[in-house]
Amino acid sequence: MWKFFSLDEIKKSLLMALWFIFLTFPIMVIRVNPIYNVVEWRWQNMALVGAGAFFLSFLWRYFLEYKNPAPSKPADDAAVSRSGRFSELLRSSGTRRLAIGAAVILALAFPYLFSSYQVNIMTTALIYVVLGLGLNIVVGLAGLLDLGYVAFYAVGAYSYALLNLHFGLSFWICLPIGAALAALFGILLGFPVLRLRGDYLAIVTLGFGEIIRLVLENWNDFSKGPSGIAGIPRPGIPGIEMSLNASSVFLYFLMIALALFTIMVVSRLRNSRIGRAWIALREDEIACQAMGVDKTKTKLTAFALGATWAGMGGVMFAAKTTFINPASFTFLESAIILSIVVLGGMGSIIGVIASAFILILLPEYLRAFSEYRMLIFGAVLVIMMVFRPQGLISNVRQTYRFKGLQENKEGD
Amino acid sequence: MSAVLTINGLTMDFGGLRAVDKVHLDVRQGEIVALIGPNGAGKTTLFNCITGLYKPTGGDILAIPPGGAAKRINGLKPNQVTEIGLARTFQNIRLFPNMTVLENVMIGRHCRTNSKILGAVLRNSRTRREEEEIVAFSYHLLERVRLERHVNDFARNLPYGAQRRLEIARALATEPFLLLLDEPAAGMNPHETRELDDLITRIQEEMDISILLIEHDMKLVMNISDRIFVMEYGKEIAVGTPLEIRGNPRVIEAYLGEEAHA
Repeated sequence: MWKFFSLDEIKKSLLMALWFIFLTFPIMVIRVNPIYNVVEWRWQNMALVGAGAFFLSFLWRYFLEYKNPAPSKPADDAAVSRSGRFSELLRSSGTRRLAIGAAVILALAFPYLFSSYQVNIMTTALIYVVLGLGLNIVVGLAGLLDLGYVAFYAVGAYSYALLNLHFGLSFWICLPIGAALAALFGILLGFPVLRLRGDYLAIVTLGFGEIIRLVLENWNDFSKGPSGIAGIPRPGIPGIEMSLNASSVFLYFLMIALALFTIMVVSRLRNSRIGRAWIALREDEIACQAMGVDKTKTKLTAFALGATWAGMGGVMFAAKTTFINPASFTFLESAIILSIVVLGGMGSIIGVIASAFILILLPEYLRAFSEYRMLIFGAVLVIMMVFRPQGLISNVRQTYRFKGLQENKEGD
Repeated sequence: MSAVLTINGLTMDFGGLRAVDKVHLDVRQGEIVALIGPNGAGKTTLFNCITGLYKPTGGDILAIPPGGAAKRINGLKPNQVTEIGLARTFQNIRLFPNMTVLENVMIGRHCRTNSKILGAVLRNSRTRREEEEIVAFSYHLLERVRLERHVNDFARNLPYGAQRRLEIARALATEPFLLLLDEPAAGMNPHETRELDDLITRIQEEMDISILLIEHDMKLVMNISDRIFVMEYGKEIAVGTPLEIRGNPRVIEAYLGEEAHA
């Protein structure tokens, strides 16, 4: 690290510090007090910003260097083993069993250890786990960049709210209906975008998401417009009265069950005939077709299945908040779900689960830092993408063992 | 010998440009047929027409599976053509780089298997059996092209020659009766080319698959082909055995001559 303290590096850091001082000058140094009509100059803040930026820019470049070692051979090998160690740890069955055991106990005990506020936050995080895993099918596996995913979430939420409002249908009937309706919308969106890829697809899906939201906002007779729908019942077990607290715990366990179901389905799909076709489609569309994979069918199943989970997540969301309006389904929501997938690592299940918890829980627990919390949230995103662009867990594929392979290796 | 592929007066226009002009071509069962010609002669365009990537402007492409009826395959989708039994490789390798070597071959089994979403989720005995069959079949093919040591490696990490062999294995996984190879020896060193030469002959003999290949390596072409078609500027200029083609003055002028001078 000592080679960093050359004159050149110090100059770079000095420039960085000056630039940050300049940028933060209006907010960090000047404070206008309108009551007494005085301007307060907080020079010590400027010194802090300068020193901080100077130091952090060193750190930043040090870590960049650490991440991309100079192209000498031994350093390369070190980098490989470094990134491999974590996945190795994940793969060994002992640690895996221990981790799963700990997670199960924690998940079961959670509502009895923490307040109902915490339980509610955790339920929200679990909804995002399901949404992330659903979008992971579309973006991570099939490689179709979908920026309007929140539309299916809205379809699920509104199908429960409206069916309950008009026909009094219960949560349990609406859960599959919401999922099916979302899947139907997934196919409806899928047809016109079959020929599109990449940026074009992103724009069309973005538009689709906005259309759904604007329809919900403006079609008052249908969706009650911006005022939304209130008084959506929480899910319950027929015949049993539940207190508010008990029903939120019940919803928490319901959400755990749905998340586990999602994990099972997605992990099984990923290493199936369909899952492989999705990945092949992501890797090379033309080769994939030439190898006998029906592009249309494969894309539509990806859209429909991805949307199904959003639909279920939406029903859960409506049941949890008991009130929904179009403001809950803005583009920002799609962006956060997409960040979950990208941050977790495209196609990785554990990665997506971890990043859903990080991205949803971080802003909640950072409330202690009040006005800085979104700043820290943004910084975490940027730092992650700079230092680990492949996501928390990079592409891991199933491996197979064959009898005789070992002998062949030795005989070779 | 009955034909497995017959092309009659095939024409392909791109706007005002005629890339393939009334080409006639046929491949008989068990034959290795080479398609040669200078760069830009329309060979790959012809391949793309056969395999459904392009919809030809005119003419007929008939595929005749051994023991089956002839099917006109113009304008079918690529996956439908593959399902009928024509499989191809690409001039610039098009593997699935972030999938393992085995998974690349397993994709080839897609159109010969049929487990659905429900089967995948439930993992019932039928799906599990099918999956085992896919793995066994794919592994067997990898042994054939001598890539079994790399089963669990990512395809992008393979050496160049191995990537070409993997593409052939992937195409074979679709159980074709006609294999179309687009410049399989491009970028290979002489040693790798000799191995490829051997591999192609073995595929034809042991698996009873007819082969149509585009190639610039004249040694390979002359060694293994039963017949050669020569194209220039979209037109077919000669057909014959390697010996006849070697002596054909038009071919020498258009193609071999340039090489002789070089």
